[in-house]
Amino acid sequence: MEPKRIAPPLTDEDVMNLKAGDNVLISGVIYTARDAAHKRLVELLEKGEEWPVDLKGQLIYYVGPAPAKPGEVIGSAGPTTSGRMDSYTPAVLEYGVKGVIGKGARNEATRKAFQDYKAVYLAAIGGAGALLAKVIKEAEIVAYEELGPEAIRRLVVEDFPATVVNVAHGNDLYEEGRKQYALD
Amino acid sequence: MREVDVKLIADAVADLSKEANYFLGDDVDDALKQGLEQEESPVGKEVMNQLLENVRIARDEEVAICQDTGTAVLFVELGQEVRLVGGDFNEAINEGVRRGYDEGYLRKSIVKDPLERVNTGDNTPAVVHTEVMPGDKIKIILAPKGGGAENMSALKMLTPAQGVKGLVDFVVDTVSRAGPNPCPPIVVGVGFGGTFEKVAYLAKKALMRPLDQPNPNPFYADLEKEMLEKINKLGIGPQGFGGRSTALGVNIETYPCHIASMPAAVNINCHASRHAEKVI
Repeated sequence: MEPKRIAPPLTDEDVMNLKAGDNVLISGVIYTARDAAHKRLVELLEKGEEWPVDLKGQLIYYVGPAPAKPGEVIGSAGPTTSGRMDSYTPAVLEYGVKGVIGKGARNEATRKAFQDYKAVYLAAIGGAGALLAKVIKEAEIVAYEELGPEAIRRLVVEDFPATVVNVAHGNDLYEEGRKQYALD
Repeated sequence: MREVDVKLIADAVADLSKEANYFLGDDVDDALKQGLEQEESPVGKEVMNQLLENVRIARDEEVAICQDTGTAVLFVELGQEVRLVGGDFNEAINEGVRRGYDEGYLRKSIVKDPLERVNTGDNTPAVVHTEVMPGDKIKIILAPKGGGAENMSALKMLTPAQGVKGLVDFVVDTVSRAGPNPCPPIVVGVGFGGTFEKVAYLAKKALMRPLDQPNPNPFYADLEKEMLEKINKLGIGPQGFGGRSTALGVNIETYPCHIASMPAAVNINCHASRHAEKVI
């Protein structure tokens, strides 16, 4: 099956065109944030304050990249485990982020939030950081530099490969895939 | 006594930090290829191909296989006829980690306090396990341990009455619960016996044994095979998208234990089961 092409910012319609199991290629700008940045972003929402960068309609990539070698854009940059962001994700989607990229299962409340806010959860290949770094064409820190690998970065990607796990329709690729291949 | 300058230890640790993060062991590479051959899921096959391609890029370009270059876990076998000179042994190890992670463009993933969570900036301190052994050599194994798979690990104080079924069920359940999170296909380190802290150490140590080298005790070698078969029936598959290859191997390490106890620990490693060693 041909992968679907998506380019953030995403609209409700872009999201509703996706279904669990679809392969996508992302091109354009995505933003990185993982544990420490999420904590700060959600604290700002709780206080009713602005985020240091406007992420409405955007995709967040859960990654803490390795440092770039001289002449390179970025070091190894694969996804981190998404479940640790579960407690923050509903608030992040309510704010207006349209999708997140990570790896691993989400809890029920988070899966429901993807439905409620018409957003998408995409999985990139965990542990393929050297390969994924190849599709990242630009990288700059845009907030929380002091967090080091956990800073918020703006990445420009070209044909970044990912697979739809959860989307507004409510299916879950992990559950379906596992059921299909389980024996006994 | 043989005198060894701790500077040699720092140099070895710096080299091992880079080596372990760039070059995946042949045993794991072979297991990935074998997993690819046995994979029934088309998506799973595609994932396995990409993981092998990733390993090749890391090796050829000398970059980290995974951005999570881990906690630097070290197993040091220190010969009792060695006299260390020239400084502090523990500081030499941390100096090696500091230098290796800086020179190797490896990620610094350690926070100083579990709650305050301020990054130490140089991936120190390492976690060091030292055993004193006969001889006049120093063997250093460095294993960068990623956080995602470490988080899916578990320890259980089983009771003797639970027997071998209790152990097998605990191991398979732990992998089942981890699902797609620890970056399958995984390597499963099992500690069995000893005490509460010893069993966790054994589970980590089990991950250092090459995948093509079964437990020397035929009973446990068979048990490793049985657990692997059970795990690969779970259907989790590469990256959890469904498939046959959920684990590449199961390694069990055992130790005698108390008449009341039967501790078991499962330390999960992602497919990038990294470790490198050097003898001084």
